[in-house]
Amino acid sequence: MGATRTPQYPELADTPALVTNLLDQVDQLLTSQNIEQPLVIGVHTGGAWLAKVVASHLQVPFGELDITFYRDDFSKNGLHPIVRPSSLPFNINDRHLLLVDDVLMSGRTVRAAMNELFDFGRPASIKLITLCSVNQRELPIQADACALTLDLAPGQYLQLQGPEVLQLSIIEHANHE
Amino acid sequence: MSSSSNLQLTKDGELRHFLTPEGLDRLMLERILDTADSFVVVGNQEIKKVPLLRGRTVVNLFFENSTRTRSTFELAAKRLSADVLTLDIKTSATSKGESLLDTLQNLRAMHSDMFVVRHSDSGAAHFIAEQVTPNVAIINAGDGRHAHPTQAMLDMLTIRRHKGHFEPLSVAIVGDISHSRVARDQIHALKILGCKDIRLVGPNTLMPQGIENMGVSTHNNMDSGISGTDVIIMLRLQTERMASAFLPSAGEYFRLYGLTTARLAQAKPDAIVMHPGPINRGIEIESAVADGPQSMILNQVGYGIALRMAVMSMAMSGQMQQRQAQANQTSSLSGEKKA
Repeated sequence: MGATRTPQYPELADTPALVTNLLDQVDQLLTSQNIEQPLVIGVHTGGAWLAKVVASHLQVPFGELDITFYRDDFSKNGLHPIVRPSSLPFNINDRHLLLVDDVLMSGRTVRAAMNELFDFGRPASIKLITLCSVNQRELPIQADACALTLDLAPGQYLQLQGPEVLQLSIIEHANHE
Repeated sequence: MSSSSNLQLTKDGELRHFLTPEGLDRLMLERILDTADSFVVVGNQEIKKVPLLRGRTVVNLFFENSTRTRSTFELAAKRLSADVLTLDIKTSATSKGESLLDTLQNLRAMHSDMFVVRHSDSGAAHFIAEQVTPNVAIINAGDGRHAHPTQAMLDMLTIRRHKGHFEPLSVAIVGDISHSRVARDQIHALKILGCKDIRLVGPNTLMPQGIENMGVSTHNNMDSGISGTDVIIMLRLQTERMASAFLPSAGEYFRLYGLTTARLAQAKPDAIVMHPGPINRGIEIESAVADGPQSMILNQVGYGIALRMAVMSMAMSGQMQQRQAQANQTSSLSGEKKA
């Protein structure tokens, strides 16, 4: 998996190379786990863009999850103002799923996504695919395929821009949690 | 009622009560519809439930009977994982002489987070929102002739999902406009969402005076009224109106205003037909139309649950943000004292 680099991040500039690296890892993962015909599910918004790329590479169906109704910060931050419908145009029961998100940070999004998935059915397995992992995990969740691992300074966040051209960049928030 | 628009929103402009669409802006109504669209998907999940309102208590306060509205609110709250208590007030405390305010204070003391209020008096939900504000979200489930906002908004959801944008649509609302609690909210919501051609169709005796001032046209003739429309909303005719001489007879009403297959042909070929239910077959609507391919009547039921989930979660969200802001303010005040 990707190397840890800090504090400068030259790898981010070449996001297409990271995507290619990730697709190679996905191929290896599927081979080593004997998984055929997985279903690819992306988390809104960046994860869904990336999931589309993964699904078209594997030539398998693709769905999108909006985790708003499953977040753990409703009491604190309320309902996110923009909610998009989740769309899983297939039955996930007994299927192998590739859950795709652009950035894995606290792990809370992935927890919410898995909770939501289990309301759609009982999959055979879930593998977590992420373009970049930031070393700030708050939950025991790790990626099965990941192109890059980073340490970020407090107040820094990674953002994937898209959907035509995928580009990772650092954004700064003064009022980070 | 301009004060209700402020009453419905937090300082940051988030929904904290839902009393009427009147006074809310287009962005807010569209957010309600967008959120409801996502809850429609939840209704298709194997497990039709989300954890959003876990640990919150929703009390359905029904001062008048309404099996249908009550059961959809109950189901909506349960699908949001809230704890739900349904009180039929007529048969409980008030019959023992307890005043309405005392009943409400008791319910508030039980840490209720939301009241869903149905009352025969216009303005009841508004009154309760003022008395129990700031910490309990009020959802108006129908008050007198004034408002029935969740019904109106579920109708908007039905129209948007089947017809798309509101601007180019011609919408006819047919029946007892005068006594309808939903027609006013439908007109407000349609106008806010950009609908330009809103037609009210019915006999003069059931048409409120001066309603044209709301920017709608009125029609006594059903055929011309629904001619070329994209959407026909039939209102329920309450049979007690016959007794009070607003109407000659059910047969006469059906002859003049009943929606038949032949009449429906006056509307656009892809027009949709809506009705809040329960329908009076052979009085407002012919069975062939009610059960026909253009009928949205059963779709409306499912959309009603999704729409109610949307306003309940949005109002709860606004209430909680308000509580958070108050808590922050209190802690910063006490911090200042210590300093």
